Amino acid sequence: MGSYIARRILATLPVLGVVAVIVFLLLRLSPGDPAAIIAGDHATADDIAQIRRELGLDRPLLEQFILWLGQLLSGDFGNSIYLDRPVLGLIAERVEPTLALSLTTMAFAILLAIPAGVVAAWRAGSWVDQAFMALSVLAFSVPVFLIGYGLVMGLSLGLDILPVQGFVSLWDDPLGFAAHLVLPTVALGLVYTALLARITRATMLETLNEDFIRTARAKGLAEPRVLILHALKNASVPIVTTIGTGIALLIGGVVVTESVFAIPGIGRLTIDAVLQRDYPVIQGVILVIAGIYVFVNLAIDLTYSLLDPRIRY
Amino acid sequence: MTEQPILALEGLRTEFATGQGAPVVAVNDLSLTLKRGETLCIVGESGCGKSLTALSILRLLPRPYGRIGGGRVLLEGRDLAQATDAEMRQIRGRAISMIFQEPMTSLNPVLTIGRQIAETVMVHEGLDWTACMGRALEMLRQVRIPEPERRLHEYPHQLSGGMRQRVMIAMALACRPRVLLADEPTTALDVTIQAQILDLVRDLQAETGAAVILITHDLGVVAEMADRVLVMYAGHKVEEGSVEEIFDAPAHPYTQGLMQAMPHLGSGEHRSRLNEIAGVVPALNARPPGCSFAPRCGLATDRCRQEMPPLTGLGGTHMAACWAAGGSQA
Repeated sequence: MGSYIARRILATLPVLGVVAVIVFLLLRLSPGDPAAIIAGDHATADDIAQIRRELGLDRPLLEQFILWLGQLLSGDFGNSIYLDRPVLGLIAERVEPTLALSLTTMAFAILLAIPAGVVAAWRAGSWVDQAFMALSVLAFSVPVFLIGYGLVMGLSLGLDILPVQGFVSLWDDPLGFAAHLVLPTVALGLVYTALLARITRATMLETLNEDFIRTARAKGLAEPRVLILHALKNASVPIVTTIGTGIALLIGGVVVTESVFAIPGIGRLTIDAVLQRDYPVIQGVILVIAGIYVFVNLAIDLTYSLLDPRIRY
Repeated sequence: MTEQPILALEGLRTEFATGQGAPVVAVNDLSLTLKRGETLCIVGESGCGKSLTALSILRLLPRPYGRIGGGRVLLEGRDLAQATDAEMRQIRGRAISMIFQEPMTSLNPVLTIGRQIAETVMVHEGLDWTACMGRALEMLRQVRIPEPERRLHEYPHQLSGGMRQRVMIAMALACRPRVLLADEPTTALDVTIQAQILDLVRDLQAETGAAVILITHDLGVVAEMADRVLVMYAGHKVEEGSVEEIFDAPAHPYTQGLMQAMPHLGSGEHRSRLNEIAGVVPALNARPPGCSFAPRCGLATDRCRQEMPPLTGLGGTHMAACWAAGGSQA
């Protein structure tokens, strides 16, 4: 197992390498001269040449790449062009809202979807099943921003129960933190809940037809034990895979949700950076997200062997 | 004969809802009795209702379509067809246990075998987990699994097919049931392993005094194991008797057909083709009005095709449902 983990970690290096190359080329090959952008509208040709020299843009591509990679590895992601501050620091400031929103969204989806999917499969064909599956189609089809604005209209502007938008740090005001997260979590989480509930139902339905479920019942076990210990554990690999894919998909949803609810997270940082062509920030965000993505996939792969003893490496 | 049977079926009818019209009947008016320590073999081709009879006894028919449509399932006089779900859970695995045909798929692949045996004990006897695992170990020894301490913590995929069937037996017998339902327990196994498993069932039966209903299509197994034999065809009991009565004088043409389809050693005609019964069991929704076996029977008359023959006594405990049996045939 130890050697397997080591091998899997090593195997992520090529992936991260390819990401680094693409991110590097993004800046060099994109239209528009970054040096000209940094220099501003009123710069002279000399100013631009000066900046280009400072950034090392006049050197051969390979040399630039090696220099850039060296900086990355020492934790230097460069400076934001607009704010003139280290990119890594900017990202760090924005991590809390995004991390909080992602975690609450996944928790919301998992806690709602798995029981719903299990019950739907257990009573397949019943009205409960049909109601859950109809709701999941609905939740799946309505875009995040529509749900978001709908919730804001109803619960915040209409009933005045929850704040309209914004974010409060957990450390400053835990209650305000929770109140501000409710609407974005629901808006973003419904899609994943629907996806996860459908996958849970489908895999549970398959598992409940297995011979060993009949054996479990023939032993006199009660239904909750049959469903959770015997069926859900067997169905867990596809469900965990979907949760992992969900985390990846979440990154796109977070960008939209943070805009709708004016949450100062990584999503907002990304949008602002793109609009301002702040290349170092864009690069930094892509690298961090790619890193998270690779890490999540690794974690999920390693989870499989805990869930199913037949999976050995 | 005066002793109360441990298990009795009275006119059991198992049916499946079809969505449109009348339900199809898979087991029709089946009665049987099982005495303490006795082995009853239920014989018949695939699709004749043997397994559904066993699942009906435990009320584990496939949901939501299968159901008991009539009759009584009496466990020591108590009707299980009327029992609540909670009462049935008390009975399953404790008073009546079942082992299945496919040891490969009948054990949960993600739980250790020790855990799967121990949980039965925990559910029924409320012992603490250590005691339950202790019982599991004891059961693995009893079914003669080598290195039981190690096997206890292994998963089903680490065991061979015969070993897994031993685990199934250990699990079924962990709470000392009074009735063991064995649904083709050896069909999926190698011939050499089959004999071992049958020996094991017989030994444990002698030790625990459990009554066994053994479902099989293998008359060799019947000859080996049975005290009494019940032949089923298309959901009906067509013949019943002691193992001697059935093997010495099979009365129903279907039973005779099954006997002839068995290979005989040293009969001089090995290498020749076995006699088979032409045709297949009719589908549940296409049963003929008269005797279900009539379309495949060489002796069938117009009467057979019109009227269902009743079960009639042939002396002793022997009875058969055939117009031709009783006088002309023996």
